[in-house]
Amino acid sequence: MTHKVLIVDDEPNIVVALEYLMRQNGFDVRAARNGEEALALLDEFRPDLVLLDVMMPRKDGYQVAQTIRDTPALAGTRIVMLTAKGRETEISKGLAVGADAYITKPFSTLELVEQVKRMLDA
Amino acid sequence: MSETHTPSATFRSNLKLAVAVGIVFVIVAAIAIAAGLVLWSRVQGELRTALTPILDDSSGLVLVFAAFLLVALTLLVGAAFRAYVGGIARLAEGARVIIEANPAHRLPVEGPSETATLAKLVNELAERQQSALSKVELRVREANASVEEERRRLAALMSEFTDSVLVCNAEGLILLYNDAARVMFDGGGAGGAHDAGILGLGRSVFGILDRDPIAHALDLLRDRLRRGEPRPVSQFAATARGRLIRVRMAPVRGADEAAPEAITGFVLTLDDVTGAVQGGEARDRLLQSLIEDTRAGLASIRAAVETMIGYEAMEPARRDQFIAIIRDEAVRLSERLQAASADRGSAPVSPWPLEAMKAQDLLRTLQRSLQRLAGVTATAETNGEGQWLNVDSFAVVQAFSALAARLNREHDVREFTLALSPGGRFTGLEMTWRSPRTDTTIVAAWEQEDLPTADGHGRLSLREVAERHAAEQWCRADRRAGSVTYCMQLPVATDTPTTRVAVPLAARPVFYDFELFDRPDASSVFENRPLSELAYTVFDTETTGLNPSAGDEIVSISAVRILNGRLLRHESFDQLVDPRRPLPSESVRIHGITAAMLEGQPTIVDVLPRFARFAENTVLVGHNVAFDMRFLELKERETGLRFVQPVLDTLLLSAVVHPNLREHELEANAIRLGIPIIGRHTSLGDAIVTGEIFVKLLPLLAAEGIVTLKDALVASQRTYLARVSY
Repeated sequence: MTHKVLIVDDEPNIVVALEYLMRQNGFDVRAARNGEEALALLDEFRPDLVLLDVMMPRKDGYQVAQTIRDTPALAGTRIVMLTAKGRETEISKGLAVGADAYITKPFSTLELVEQVKRMLDA
Repeated sequence: MSETHTPSATFRSNLKLAVAVGIVFVIVAAIAIAAGLVLWSRVQGELRTALTPILDDSSGLVLVFAAFLLVALTLLVGAAFRAYVGGIARLAEGARVIIEANPAHRLPVEGPSETATLAKLVNELAERQQSALSKVELRVREANASVEEERRRLAALMSEFTDSVLVCNAEGLILLYNDAARVMFDGGGAGGAHDAGILGLGRSVFGILDRDPIAHALDLLRDRLRRGEPRPVSQFAATARGRLIRVRMAPVRGADEAAPEAITGFVLTLDDVTGAVQGGEARDRLLQSLIEDTRAGLASIRAAVETMIGYEAMEPARRDQFIAIIRDEAVRLSERLQAASADRGSAPVSPWPLEAMKAQDLLRTLQRSLQRLAGVTATAETNGEGQWLNVDSFAVVQAFSALAARLNREHDVREFTLALSPGGRFTGLEMTWRSPRTDTTIVAAWEQEDLPTADGHGRLSLREVAERHAAEQWCRADRRAGSVTYCMQLPVATDTPTTRVAVPLAARPVFYDFELFDRPDASSVFENRPLSELAYTVFDTETTGLNPSAGDEIVSISAVRILNGRLLRHESFDQLVDPRRPLPSESVRIHGITAAMLEGQPTIVDVLPRFARFAENTVLVGHNVAFDMRFLELKERETGLRFVQPVLDTLLLSAVVHPNLREHELEANAIRLGIPIIGRHTSLGDAIVTGEIFVKLLPLLAAEGIVTLKDALVASQRTYLARVSY
């Protein structure tokens, strides 16, 4: 079965690379440019995993993660926070509000792909 | 205003005189009637028959005789009464002045020889007492000299101290401040009047610093003393006139060893950290945003490069797109760096001095505050034992209390559990409540809002408080448990304080009054407090004329303060005022203030607000003060200022104390009470003389049983001068 990955980031350049990467690795990929767009897509697309940036206009990544965790229908969704916010306090917060993994930018594309595969196979 | 009697005293005196005249008249009349009756009974026969018609005709004559008798008696008895009874009453008042106010005062030797002898004897007694008194005074002076020497040493030490120091009693009244503190709060202005009234002995420290953090820090200190900490010091941030002040508070402890937590006062060491903090914070933010932007840009570049390397078979169009991304991001990073170096240090902000505190102490304090401020029940879990945190505990407690109060109000949550979740360099302070609506968005919506604090005084947002700690805060729900937890991270203290002691040293010696330690709560009602304990602003004005209602204006207003029965000359207010109208030459002759002197001086609209600040929280005192008050009242509409504090008049008080004396003017009072008159008819000079008179009147009032402010106001009202109005 093809896993579905939702990329949420307001930086178009990173979205281009992430989309390409995920597609090349056989995932069904959609992208959203901010938190609101992501929330609108969630119901329809039902991703298995969300690559989630934190600093975004109109609902940040923390809020998106909280909404996913507050919605029983999205219970199985994995969340990978992919963000330039790298302080210890921010990482704690990301994990506390519901992220399964927290990856700080810049990251290794190889490791990211491996991490995503690992999480979806588990 | 020369002849003055209180109405009640005059009435009493007249009544006594009337009674005396009446009694004498009745006795004389009775004797005359008795003699007449006896004579009449002896007259018999024809003589009686002959006299009857004559007597019948002369009943009118008898009445005239009686009237003459009455008038003669009134004059006679009145003269005797004035000489003896009135003379003795005056002697008594004079004697009281000797006893209570001026031992050098002597009674006039006048009147009938008996009264004169009495006066002479009293004067002799006074002479002896004065000489005995001066011996005692000499010894007291010697003893005081050594105390003064100690104080001077303390003062010298303090003037070396560059930090601002305030010493306050438990109610927050300022007992001592040093020069650095004066400069901090007065802006160092030399002109006494400019910012006068902000920092002063006997004034409340809450007038210059926020009340709540101080009260909170006091609570913490008491708690630590109770638990046997030998030298607790509390540290917090407060704002004063838009500046951020780091405050260190050390308690002044009571002598009672049975109550170790009893605090009789506190020492505040103040440090203006506005600039340092803003600079540091700005750099911090700049660095943070630079790191984040760099990360994001590098992430895009790295992802593009790695993808190109990883997928060699990539179609050319895609490859070109990645190359363009790499170039774009590199350009953006360069521009970002350029901008960052340009605006280095320009960001505004709030940073915060944090205090190291035991995590369990914070939890306990928060628990108490939730119950006290938010009216909810809180249980605290006992984890995190022994951990120290760096916190602005006041802000944290306020934030959590505000949140709890709002949850209580809007969602009827009544019980909370507090816990710590240690983790690395930050520990989470968690507040959990059960809720059928396990909805984290409620709190998320409040995060940035200014929550009214539970005590209703301030406003702050949860996010702001977290930012002060360079930390994060969030809310999460546990649907299975049916609970919601709000968490705020707080930095773990790495160097735990042991015994940091604030050195209770400070400024110039003049600025102290340690007797304030013993004063009762400043908030208790003014009226029922003893006169000797109140703070007074004694003031006087010079004016263009005597008729405020007809357009006369103030040209000079001055005041001095009285505290604990001491006149504080260095805390004075002295300001010339441009009356914005011509100055009549008669008035110039009286006060000596000329039009040239008033050029460029502020108008009354500028001066009165400063005077009001100087006089706030004090009782106003003046001589014939109704006159001065009238000028102030007429400016009410223009300035929006109402002087509503109690007012005492030394003219009336003098009449209260000396109902039988006639002279109650300023000079007469000063001479009677042994006060040298200097600078008469300058407003400052008159204010000082009035102040000294007032201080000397206090014991005389006490001897009359007039002890509280209310007593004094009631007695003043009774004297008939109170009815004089301008």
